[in-house]
Amino acid sequence: MNINLTLFGQLISFLFFVWFCKKFVWTAIINAMEERQKKIADGLDAADRASRDLELAQERATERLKEAKQEAASILEQANKRANQIVGEAKEQARAEGDRLKAAAQAEIEQDVNRAKEELRKKVAVLALAGAEKILQANIDESANSALVDKLAAEL
Amino acid sequence: MAGDTQQTGTEYIQHHLTNLTYGQHPENGWSFAHNAQEASEMGFMAVNVDSLGWSFGLGVIFLLLFRWAAKRATTGVPSGWQNFVEMMVEFVDGTVKDSFHGRNPWIAPMALTIFVWVFLMNLMDLIPVDVIPWLMLQAGVHFQKIVPSTDPNITLGMALAVFAMIIYYSIKVKGVGGFLGELTLQPFSAKNPVIQAVFVPINLALELVGLLAKPFSLGLRLFGNMYAGEMIFILIAMMYSAGWVLGTFGGALQLGWAIFHILIITLQAFIFMVLTVVYLSMAHEDH
Repeated sequence: MNINLTLFGQLISFLFFVWFCKKFVWTAIINAMEERQKKIADGLDAADRASRDLELAQERATERLKEAKQEAASILEQANKRANQIVGEAKEQARAEGDRLKAAAQAEIEQDVNRAKEELRKKVAVLALAGAEKILQANIDESANSALVDKLAAEL
Repeated sequence: MAGDTQQTGTEYIQHHLTNLTYGQHPENGWSFAHNAQEASEMGFMAVNVDSLGWSFGLGVIFLLLFRWAAKRATTGVPSGWQNFVEMMVEFVDGTVKDSFHGRNPWIAPMALTIFVWVFLMNLMDLIPVDVIPWLMLQAGVHFQKIVPSTDPNITLGMALAVFAMIIYYSIKVKGVGGFLGELTLQPFSAKNPVIQAVFVPINLALELVGLLAKPFSLGLRLFGNMYAGEMIFILIAMMYSAGWVLGTFGGALQLGWAIFHILIITLQAFIFMVLTVVYLSMAHEDH
């Protein structure tokens, strides 16, 4: 347990180790730790920002959705209106066409009836003439009596 | 028991407390001391090869391990060893920031060096006292003290370095005049210059004692604690040669003391570190 040169050996080793520790150990580790701290802080910041952005985006999306819904509703309304209009127009047209067809048919029928009447009248005249011939037993001069017959036919 | 059954208890203890000393013997010249007597005859011109060797080796191990972590230090997710090193660095940094308020980039790395190095030196105490001396004996080396902090040279050497730094920073921060003023103008002071002149030697005597007590208390505290702990380990180890009943009892005692000692070695390393930081903090403070 003598005090000897070991004392100074230890003293010098100690100073050397402190120097080495500061130069090659402490600085590197402290720097790494500080840098990591900064990185983590930045990361947290970014996360905060991202969540804020997300909130904003969600808000915007909701708004957009609402707008879209409104637009869709208005489009639907317009479409319904237009459809009703088209249906109304079509009905109108159909009715007009029907009326027109009916009128045409009636006119044709009338024409047919008139034609039939005319023919009938003519046939009746011929029949009446034949009947009168038979009754008179004589040939009536057709040309002489035709005026008469026509008159008769017209009266029928 | 050191492979030699003829030893008495006293001899056994003495053997364990003798350093492997290389020095200038008045008769034999530069050589290894063959016994404690020769070692003390060498006086100051000698080196405790075992203390200094173990101490230096442990310091190198500490720095290599920590350098390894520092080299591969990533700013990403730390793993394993880097985690541990960062934990130590953060712990030391926190302790230094708590008690040192100046701005000095050397204090924290020095505190880390002290803490880990002293801890490693103390840790050697937990190796059973006979293992390495016995191995060394097989290699032909007769003395081996493996716990550097049980050698006052080692602890006082570090304390002396701390003392030198106290002086250096005191003068650097306060100037020579400021430092001398601190030593001579307090705690007693007077307005009257004549009375003040009387107070100066009294103040100087008081302050010098206070100043010199710092390195001595620092070094001797660590030495005393570790020396006592080592002594108890040696005494327990003596029981192993006293039959299997006492031997078993000794084994239990050794286990208990070793577990308790884990606390002591950590605490002593921590105290050495904190006191160093506090002393240097005081050296930086201007009154």
